[in-house]
Amino acid sequence: MLVAIVALTLLAGLSGLLLGYAAVRFRVEGDPLADKIDAVLPQTQCGQCGFAGCRPYAEAIAAGAADIDRCPPGGQAGVEALAALLGVEPKPLDTAHGVEKPPQLAVIDETQCIGCTLCIQACPVDAIVGAAKHMHTVIAQECTGCELCVAPCPVDCIHMVPIATTPANWAWPAPRAA
Amino acid sequence: MGVLDPLVRLWRFNGGLHPPTRKAPSNAQPARALPPPPRLLLPLTQHVGAAARPVVNPGQHVGRGELLAAADGYVSAALHAPTSGTVVALEARPIAHPSGLSAPCLVLDADDADAWGALPAPLADWRTAAAAEIRRRVREAGIVGLGGAAFPTAVKLAAEPPPNLLIVNGAECEPYITCDDRLMRERAAAIVGGVLILRHALGAAAALVAIEDDKPEALAAMRAAVAASGAAELRVQAVPTRYPSGGERQLIRVLTGREVPSGGLPAELGIVCQNVATAAAVFEAITTGRPLTARYVTVTGAGVHTPQVVEARIGTPVADLVAACGGYTAAAARLIYGGPMMGFALADDGVPLGKGGNCILVAGATELAPPAPALPCIRCGDCVRACPADLLPQQLYWHARAREFERAGELGLFDCIECGCCAAVCPSRLPLVQYYRHAKGELLAAERERHKADLARERHGARQARQAREEAERAARLAAKKAHPAPAPEAAAPAAATATAPASVATAPTAAASPAPTTTDDPRQAAIAAALARAQARRARAAADATAGTSTDAAPGDDDGRG
Repeated sequence: MLVAIVALTLLAGLSGLLLGYAAVRFRVEGDPLADKIDAVLPQTQCGQCGFAGCRPYAEAIAAGAADIDRCPPGGQAGVEALAALLGVEPKPLDTAHGVEKPPQLAVIDETQCIGCTLCIQACPVDAIVGAAKHMHTVIAQECTGCELCVAPCPVDCIHMVPIATTPANWAWPAPRAA
Repeated sequence: MGVLDPLVRLWRFNGGLHPPTRKAPSNAQPARALPPPPRLLLPLTQHVGAAARPVVNPGQHVGRGELLAAADGYVSAALHAPTSGTVVALEARPIAHPSGLSAPCLVLDADDADAWGALPAPLADWRTAAAAEIRRRVREAGIVGLGGAAFPTAVKLAAEPPPNLLIVNGAECEPYITCDDRLMRERAAAIVGGVLILRHALGAAAALVAIEDDKPEALAAMRAAVAASGAAELRVQAVPTRYPSGGERQLIRVLTGREVPSGGLPAELGIVCQNVATAAAVFEAITTGRPLTARYVTVTGAGVHTPQVVEARIGTPVADLVAACGGYTAAAARLIYGGPMMGFALADDGVPLGKGGNCILVAGATELAPPAPALPCIRCGDCVRACPADLLPQQLYWHARAREFERAGELGLFDCIECGCCAAVCPSRLPLVQYYRHAKGELLAAERERHKADLARERHGARQARQAREEAERAARLAAKKAHPAPAPEAAAPAAATATAPASVATAPTAAASPAPTTTDDPRQAAIAAALARAQARRARAAADATAGTSTDAAPGDDDGRG
C-alpha cells in the first residue's frame, strides 16, 4: 500500500517537473496560428480590412476579433482558404470592405508627376522610387496593386491598370467538364 | 573500355503507343529550300527564357544573319535576320502559341537580294578551341533546341560536371513529322560534325545518335557519315519505333536503362540530350559563322496539296509555307502547329514559323479523331498502361477535375510530358492532357502568387522596421534636447555639431534647388498649379458622391500603419 502511494507520488512529481521544464524549454514564440493565417492572406497590405496591413488582420483573426470575410484582394478563394484553415464554414466576401477586382498594377503618368513624394510615403511595400521634385515611377514587380498611392496624389497622375494577359503568363483554361 | 561498350542492349519504357505514323507522303522527296517570303514576322520570344532585346530600329536595313535582337539574360536566345531587307516595325502580332495572343514581333520586309550581312569569322579549328568559346558562339548564333522545346542550347552546353554521354535525338517518334528524317538523309555529315563539336564543348566522353528503326535511309546515311568521320566513341543506334521514344526521358531509358529522377534533369545522370537539327545548326554556326536563320519543317496532312519537307526561313508565315506546298486542298479542316499528338491548333495562318516549329499539319476533316463529346471516366485503367512517364493519369484527372491541384502535384503532375498517350487510348475520349495543362498552369500561377506575397511581406516588414527605427531616433533626439534645454549656442555647439551636420547637408540642396524653379520654371509652376486646381475640382465632385465615405475610411487606417 505504502509502496504504491510513494511510487505514484514520485511518478506524479517527476511528470510535473518534466512538464514544467518542457513548458519553459519548448515555449512557442509568436502565434503559430497568426503565422498560418498570414501565409494565406495575399500580402497586398492595402488596409481595406480595417487593419494596418495583413499581419495585424491575421492576428485579429487568430484572436477571434475579426471575421474571415474582410479581405477583398484575397477574394472568395481567399475566404474559402481561410475557412478551410480555421475549420469554419466559408461565407461570402463582405462587400462593406471592398469588392474583388482582377489583379492590377499602379502606373504613374510620368509626364504629369510633380515629384511630391506623397505616393512614396503611402506605398506599403516601398515599390515607388523617386525623389523630391523628381519624377517617380512604380517598380512593377514589387507593386501589390493596393491602391493606397492613388488617393494621396495631388495631381491624380496614378492609375490602376489590370495586369494584361500575354503568352508568357497565359495558362490553359479548364476543359469543359465531362 | 569506352563509355559506349556497356551500352549494347536496349531497354524499354513502360507504356507508349504505336499510332499510325503517316510519314510516307512528306518524306519521299528531298527537302526544298524556299525563297524568303516578302514579309517575315520575328517574335522576340521564340525560345524558353527571357525575350530577346531588339538592337535595330524600324527603317534600318539589315543583311541576312545580322543581329536583330540580342539575348537578354542567361536563359535567352539571340535573333538574327533570316534574309536581307528592311525592318519596318516592332509591334505586337499574333504568334504561334496555343493562346492565340499577340506578342512583340520584329517585322522584316525582304529585299530581293537575300544577301548575307557581316558574319563572325568561322572557327577554323574547333578541335583546339576552348569550350567556353564554342559556347559563346553557339549562344551568339541564337541556337535553341530545334526538336520543339526551343531551350537555348548554350545553357545546356554549360553542364557541370562534364557529362559522360551526349545523346543526339533523331528518334522523331511523333506521327507525320519527317523534318529530322530528311535532314539526316541529306546532311548527315553536318550532323556528325555538329555532334563532334557538341561533344567537345561538353567535354563528354562519348556520343550516341538514336534513330527510330522505321527510318532505314536515315540510319544508313548517318552510319556512313560516322564511318567517314572516323570518330571513336560515336555510334548510331537504332531504337524500336514506339511513341514517345523521342521524349528525352524515354530515350534515356531506352538507351541506358536509367531513369531521370522526378523533377531532375538528365545532367544529374551525366547525360545531355540534343536534337539532330540542333547539331547541324551548331556545325553551320561554328564552321561558317552563319547564325540560325532557317530550319527544316514538315508541311503535311490531307489538307495540303503536296506534303513535303521544306527548308524555310524562321519567321515565314504559315500561310506562305502552305502556299509553297501547293496550297490548301478542299479537305483542309484543321491547322495544327506541331504534330497530331503534342501540337496545338492555330486559329489563323498568318502566324510565323518559330525556331522550335517542326511541323505544320493541315488535317483533313476525317483525318484526326474529332474531339467527340467526352463521357464519364469508367476507371478502365487503359491510361495507366499507356503512360510512358509511369504516372496515374486517372488519378491526376480526378484531382485536376476536382480542382485539387496540390494533390495532382503530389502525384507527379509535373513529370507529365503531355505526350497524349492517355487521351489517345481513353475509351471515354476525355481531354486528359487539357486537364493536366490546366492544372499545371494553376499550380504555377499559385506558386507565382506565393512568391509575390512573400516578397511583399518581406518589403512591408523592412519598411515597418525602418519607420520604427526612424521614430526611435527622433524620440531619442527629442529626449536629448529636453534633458539639455540650454539654448546657449556655445554649450550646444559641440553636441549639436554632429546632429546638425547631416541636417544642413539635407537642407542645402533644397535651399539651392528652390530658387531655381521660380526663376526658370514659371510655366511649369503654373502647370502644377493648374493640375492641383483640376485635381481639387475632381475631389470636390468625388466628395459629393456617396462612395467618398469608403475612400476616406481607408486613409486613417493607412496613417495608423505608418504611425
